[in-house]
Amino acid sequence: MKYTVSSLSALVILRITTGWHFLYEGLVKVTDPSWSSRSYLMDSGGFLKGFFEWIAENNTALTIADSLNAWGLTLIGIALVAGIFTRYAAYAGIILLGLYYLSHPAFPGITYLFPVDGSYFIINKTLIELAAMWVIISFPTSDIIGLERLFKKM
Amino acid sequence: MKTKNTNPDQKDKEKNTISRRDLLAGLASLPVLGLLGYGLFNHKTETARKSSSLLGDIDVIIPKGIPPLIDGPPLRLGIVGCGSRGRYLMKALGFLHPDKIDEYKQYARESKFWKEYLEQFMLQENLNIKITGICDVFDKHAKQGVETGANLYRNGTGGKMTELPKRYRTYKELLTADDVDAVIIATPDHLHIPVASEAARHGKHIYCEKPLSWTVPETFDIRKAVKESGVVFQLGHQGRQTESYLVARSLIKQNVTGKISLIEVCTNRNDPNGAWVYDIDPEANEQTIDWKQFIGPAPWHEFSAERFFRWRCWWDYGTGLSGDLFTHEYDALNQILDLGIPKSAMASGGIYFYKDGRTVPDVLNMAFEFPDRDLTLLYSATLANEKNRGKVIMGHDAWIELDESLLVVADPKSTKYRERIEKGIIEPHKPIFSYVPGQESIDAITTPTEKYFASRGLLYTYRGGKPIDTTHLHLREWINCIRRKDGSQPSCDIDQAFEEAITAHMGTIAYHEKRQTFWDDVNEVIY
Repeated sequence: MKYTVSSLSALVILRITTGWHFLYEGLVKVTDPSWSSRSYLMDSGGFLKGFFEWIAENNTALTIADSLNAWGLTLIGIALVAGIFTRYAAYAGIILLGLYYLSHPAFPGITYLFPVDGSYFIINKTLIELAAMWVIISFPTSDIIGLERLFKKM
Repeated sequence: MKTKNTNPDQKDKEKNTISRRDLLAGLASLPVLGLLGYGLFNHKTETARKSSSLLGDIDVIIPKGIPPLIDGPPLRLGIVGCGSRGRYLMKALGFLHPDKIDEYKQYARESKFWKEYLEQFMLQENLNIKITGICDVFDKHAKQGVETGANLYRNGTGGKMTELPKRYRTYKELLTADDVDAVIIATPDHLHIPVASEAARHGKHIYCEKPLSWTVPETFDIRKAVKESGVVFQLGHQGRQTESYLVARSLIKQNVTGKISLIEVCTNRNDPNGAWVYDIDPEANEQTIDWKQFIGPAPWHEFSAERFFRWRCWWDYGTGLSGDLFTHEYDALNQILDLGIPKSAMASGGIYFYKDGRTVPDVLNMAFEFPDRDLTLLYSATLANEKNRGKVIMGHDAWIELDESLLVVADPKSTKYRERIEKGIIEPHKPIFSYVPGQESIDAITTPTEKYFASRGLLYTYRGGKPIDTTHLHLREWINCIRRKDGSQPSCDIDQAFEEAITAHMGTIAYHEKRQTFWDDVNEVIY
């Protein structure tokens, strides 16, 4: 795809910053043996509240959800930052972010124990990051700035 | 607008060779990973530093698992009082009425809560007991008790049952039966000691619901009777089994709080049930209730179904907020701090909300002084507001907020933690330790999320930790002591029960007589 220097820079920065966010969130969880998504899931709201609470209360499901979440975030982050398998990573990112949104949708009338760092109506930061993933998929940059550029030559 | 050089000929030539430019562009973003690694390293070091500084020298004792059941022949139990508390105790022993099992199974089909409730009951260990005698002055309760006592196998209606326990018309008859080794007393407060004294006289082991006594003199009598008879005695403060209390005790022993000057405990309820306005059974009448036996040592009153079911509302049968609910709080603190009997008590309150003819107050405030310990215990209760104020143990260096879970918060002006507060290792006003039942260890709280959830008692960090009914554990402890036959007594023995009762009576007398009451510990007199 053809980009101007300015648009390429913007897209690469978007990819790296979202990757950064994913990777750091993932690593903090992976390296903390006592971390669990249980309290977050127990605080769920919206129409899938029951499903997320079921995960939180089911030991096997919770263990799987915790591992997939921590390692998913980490691998997606590495892929986005390094510019490798970016497309797959961004699709996986959309799934994860979608699940986060569904467990804590910013719908009016739903309140959460954990305070929200701003005021949101339907659209929140999770949904914006999800939209950013879509941009990353639609406007690939890893073959220009990223490891994919080298892999293509091999 | 500038565009990137994408000449197709040039691209073909470069297709299989990695140029310096490719290398730079391909690896351009990798330093970001290094930066992130550095950030993570910093985060981990800081967390570890805070964790070790917070926990440092604290060695918390956390009860692990359930004590094993001691072997022996089946213990033969008599139950005196099969009202709601009596039935709850039977459930904690592993006995539910078949109709209840059917009902819970029905609920469990639609509700997760009931499903878990039923599962928890079914999984409860069999205590190797046999219910051989039942006594209740209300025919309906007695019949239910008898049918419940035969449901050893925890079946619904039509399921296999054991032999029906015998119904005794009076507790005296039950206590002379040869096939009763031990008795559970779940009568109204005014009948606790008449039944318990008779039980001790006949050498039957006693599990008595709280509070121990209705009057001061009988408190002395029962202590003497239990000690002389050598029976195993447990007062029904199941809070003795609450893990967080045991943890609090170990934290205070290690001086985590510094010098404790004030303890605040509360009761807040706001519904008729919580204010003892229980339903009146339509089957209750003079033919179905042995009213004379119910009255027992209480002042005579004509038959009143209201008084029978709502006995807690009258001093004639109950002990008010002081005996009924404060004793839970007191016993928890006596367990944690070995408080003993206070030197003095003051009380005030009134009937401010439930103007229903009751004689016991629905708002009560009491202050107990422990000059030997340099501390005050404050109790404040209302039956007309539900704000949970919890238990707070206030020390110079930290306070402990206690419930099922436990939080320790450093005091901003603490001497002990001053250096750590100045260094930013401890943030005052925020919890530094948390403990949730079922957790394997105490947590040093280091992340904002943990702090937030911990401050609301919602830190679900444990897995596989099953909630266990404390009443079951409390009964089990009593049964184990009986089977041990070595003279050992359970945690809420007659001495602890005596302290509980005297303390509550001091508050009650102070309320009635509108004066400060004192305890003479040499002559053992309230004056």
